[in-house]
Amino acid sequence: MDITFKNVSYIYQRNTPFAHKAIEDLSFHIPSGSFVAIIGHTGSGKSTLIQHLNGLVSPSSGEVTIGEYRLTDEEKPKRMKELRSRVGVVFQYPEHQLFEETVEKDIAFGPQNFDIPKADINKRIKEVVPKVGLQEELLKRSPFELSGGQMRRVAIAGVLAIKPDVLVLDEPTAGLDPRGQKEMMDMFYTMHKEEGLTTVLVTHSMEDAVKYADHVIILNNGTKYMEGKPEDVLTQQEALNKVQLDVPEAVQFLQSFEKRFGVTIPFTRQSTKEIAQSIQRYIKEAGSRE
Amino acid sequence: MSSSLIIGQYVPGNSIVHRLDPRTKITVIFFFVFIVFFANSVLSYTTLTVFALVTVIITKIPIRFIMKGLTPVWFLIIFTFILHLIVTKEGTVLFDIFGFNIYTGALIQGFAISMRFFLLILVTSLLTLTTTPIEITDAIEEMLHPLKKIKFPVHELALMMSISLRFIPTLLQETEKISRAQASRGVDFKTGPLKERIKAVVPLLVPLFVSAFKRAEELAMAMEARGYQGGEGRTKLRELKIEKIDIAVYILFTLVIAIVLYTRS
Repeated sequence: MDITFKNVSYIYQRNTPFAHKAIEDLSFHIPSGSFVAIIGHTGSGKSTLIQHLNGLVSPSSGEVTIGEYRLTDEEKPKRMKELRSRVGVVFQYPEHQLFEETVEKDIAFGPQNFDIPKADINKRIKEVVPKVGLQEELLKRSPFELSGGQMRRVAIAGVLAIKPDVLVLDEPTAGLDPRGQKEMMDMFYTMHKEEGLTTVLVTHSMEDAVKYADHVIILNNGTKYMEGKPEDVLTQQEALNKVQLDVPEAVQFLQSFEKRFGVTIPFTRQSTKEIAQSIQRYIKEAGSRE
Repeated sequence: MSSSLIIGQYVPGNSIVHRLDPRTKITVIFFFVFIVFFANSVLSYTTLTVFALVTVIITKIPIRFIMKGLTPVWFLIIFTFILHLIVTKEGTVLFDIFGFNIYTGALIQGFAISMRFFLLILVTSLLTLTTTPIEITDAIEEMLHPLKKIKFPVHELALMMSISLRFIPTLLQETEKISRAQASRGVDFKTGPLKERIKAVVPLLVPLFVSAFKRAEELAMAMEARGYQGGEGRTKLRELKIEKIDIAVYILFTLVIAIVLYTRS
């Protein structure tokens, strides 16, 4: 589903002494099937933005369109539940949402609310459990007996079992061990590719943005600061430093390499291995010239 | 949902009311609550209302904000009013609706009781609106100090109070977060039959309790790690002090009490 923000502003606690603007005049377009990374410092309005995506909040002014659903200050979609079944949100620390007696029941909770037939739910659980890296033996256990990482996986499975068209991820790997982080992100990426999802990833990690996203939006103080392809946006060191962000490590490396050896290797989101190969090629060329 | 209720919220400010010694505020409000029940004439009610409203104006907190924040309470006030209209049978019959005779006494009684209710809630919410939770607990600890002689755990009680006050906003935030997550999983908290809505509370309450227990454990650990050992030998950075303005407030309030008692019929 296409997602469009048109001049969206959102004010918290409107008409009280505590009123403050979280998002101001934000406009962007996310085409269906793309993988978008939203990056910004704490308090830049990322979490507020996310809540617009499945109608948890409506814009104070402006307009949000998600597929055929429209959200404005006056107008809420009549089929809000349907919208929420099509936009799955994995919030920060999703393990806090677990409550059922068994892992199985908790994963089934979402699909049940959206009136998915029982047989179908069981099939989905079977599918989703290995995907998130859980053993099937855990299904009958209480979610509160599991480790933090396992709880996270259960919670994510609970959202994936809804089978949404749009997957919104709010720092899904925060607090996981490095290996778990990579596994998790790779899993989301495979699902994104295989099932043609539209994925919105909120992250602090420039590395993840470079690796997975094909479009990057950078927020600062509730407004859009930069937007574009990762290789264009995430190489602008000065602009990024201004909003307390930094370029990815690979870009930093290529920049220092250029400074030290006077050789420019353009950044095209290549992997560490590819960078090593380019350097190897350069050294060989330099050697044969001598 | 939670942002509309103002009881327990603090609105930062620098008015005279904000700067008063919290002990003064607590004492005045304590006696105000009593004196409200003594009022029974037009003049005594007017005195109390004027006192309450002038205080509100001095705090510089927008009146509209306070009135809006009391919305859930308005329902209770109106309910009381209607109940009195129907039940009380004093004075002469004014008119009748749906077979109920409405008496003049009922109208007066209903109005008086609703007014009492309103004043009570307005003034007590002013305490938390203008005083930080830390000030309130400091004041209570100070005021209960004499009880220490009979081995009453004053410091522990104050600590418990300040911890629970401190965690109200945290738990509210947590509730909001969890309800957002569950709403995204298709829970409908706002519409549907009552039975369904009560059932919808379970996915909210269980995670909330789990996290509250976890927080309590973490807090206890953090306190021990920092060498907490009760109130023994502990000194305070901010000492409470009664100033001239506090004395002025006491005198003024005694005057209000005197007027109310004098104008009672």
